[in-house]
Amino acid sequence: MLSVKNINKKFGSLVVAQDVALELPRGVRHALIGPNGAGKTTLINLITGMLAADAGRITLGGEDITGLSPEARVRRGLARTFQINTLFPQLTALESVALAVLERDGHAHNWWRGLGRFGAEVDEAASILRSLNLQKQLRRSTRELAYGEQRLLEIALALATRPRVLLLDEPAAGVPKDESPELFAAIAGLSNALTVLFIEHDMDVVFRFASRIHVMVGGRLLVEGTPDDIARDPRVREVYLGKSFG
Amino acid sequence: MANADVKPLEVVFWLATLLPFVLAPNYLSLASQIAITALFALSLDLILGYAGIVSLGHAAFFGFGAYTAGLIAKHCWAEPISALFISGVFSGILGYALSHVVVRFRHLALIMLTLGFGLLLHEAANSASALTGGADGLQGFRVPAVLGFKFDLYGATAYAYALVVLFLCFLVSRRVIHSPFGLALRGIRENATRMPAIGAPTRAHLRKAYTIAAAMAGIAGALLTHTTSTVSLETLSFGRSADVLVILILGGAGRLYGGIVGAILYMVARDQFSGINPQYWYFWIGLLLVAVVMFLPNGILGGLSAFRKKHQ
Repeated sequence: MLSVKNINKKFGSLVVAQDVALELPRGVRHALIGPNGAGKTTLINLITGMLAADAGRITLGGEDITGLSPEARVRRGLARTFQINTLFPQLTALESVALAVLERDGHAHNWWRGLGRFGAEVDEAASILRSLNLQKQLRRSTRELAYGEQRLLEIALALATRPRVLLLDEPAAGVPKDESPELFAAIAGLSNALTVLFIEHDMDVVFRFASRIHVMVGGRLLVEGTPDDIARDPRVREVYLGKSFG
Repeated sequence: MANADVKPLEVVFWLATLLPFVLAPNYLSLASQIAITALFALSLDLILGYAGIVSLGHAAFFGFGAYTAGLIAKHCWAEPISALFISGVFSGILGYALSHVVVRFRHLALIMLTLGFGLLLHEAANSASALTGGADGLQGFRVPAVLGFKFDLYGATAYAYALVVLFLCFLVSRRVIHSPFGLALRGIRENATRMPAIGAPTRAHLRKAYTIAAAMAGIAGALLTHTTSTVSLETLSFGRSADVLVILILGGAGRLYGGIVGAILYMVARDQFSGINPQYWYFWIGLLLVAVVMFLPNGILGGLSAFRKKHQ
């Protein structure tokens, strides 16, 4: 579904992505792991166009999206969430998600009709929030939501763009360890047609929810495989010195 | 969703704008100035209060509209409604042209840029004295009547004219605010980083908001021309840009009524203080501004709504 070919990026002399190639087949749950500073978030920024790559090619569903703006990539079905909450503090949960739906359907340029006339879009936003168990928080402003609820709203905003590929940057960042399986259960419950890549540090979660794992170290993709392959790989063991897998 | 229903308080407010006709017939000229300033502040609210674009040069559009209306009245025809419309369109076109530059910048650069555009236009009008009258202003024309109502000495027609235009532009603003586009503007104000990540064309939204705000400011400028039969360089001045910013912040930005409440307060205060102490009246305005920003960071309307929430 998503194919990344030989992406390169330097900040001055610092190489943050070197010949990164990535294939994400449709419907598969991928995990992207690696030590801090390996370039995982940078890779998401490169794929989504929030950072311009120095070289390389990105295709989505066969279409070359390398030169497109971030918003154009979103409109073609490539959505992301942020490691640090990047939400609309004073909008309600429903307003935030409805905004994303309205943008997707091309209604957000409309300044002459009241929001009340867009009932279908608002209903869709409500049902997305309901699917993530946020039905009780529809009319509360984002900044009043509990932290875990804000993490779910991050995902709701991305889902509202109706993505084909969803990139989740540490969806459970900052969530207490015993609550993160709940959050990943919500991710596991997403449609099978959706291709998902998530960055996560908790190996229990990674091995439980991913069917393909990509390991990144120092701006390069070290290895890619099934959880069993990765658990057995000596190079991965070396990177995560002393950590036990599986 | 933001509630778009008309509230009883709003009806009361707009009915109260008719009171000057009965209670203060000697102050109708002031009332029309207030209505014009309120419209100018309302236009700034669209970009500052809703989209979060700070501008220190918004008078550029006000003055451009004022001069357009003046030139039409002097060289073409005296009928004001069509001139009002054309002035709005021209200012809107100017706003659209400048918006391509403005939306690329944020924060301090944006403030300096808008300030720079404002100064450029001011000096351009100053030096093009053959067209604009330069420092003496544009004179020698008169707009005798609007829709058959003669402009009178007391300003009754002027106030009625300004009030009706303010009300119509307010309805447009209200509609914009409660539309999907208005929601998108609030999204940009709340988090400009997230907007592209939900597929929003942020710059296109901002260009449109800037254009609408410029057109509305131009209409306000044209109103001033029609009700005073003169255009001065002051319409383009930095002082006017700064005043309207102060007015909006006093009243409460991003609240639709903030500009109107701010304009009433500011203009009445200026009228009263300058009567008592003509040289130093800015001292009192300064004091008011400091007090409001320190104790009511969301302006007077923001303070009132916080007070209401607390006591509910």
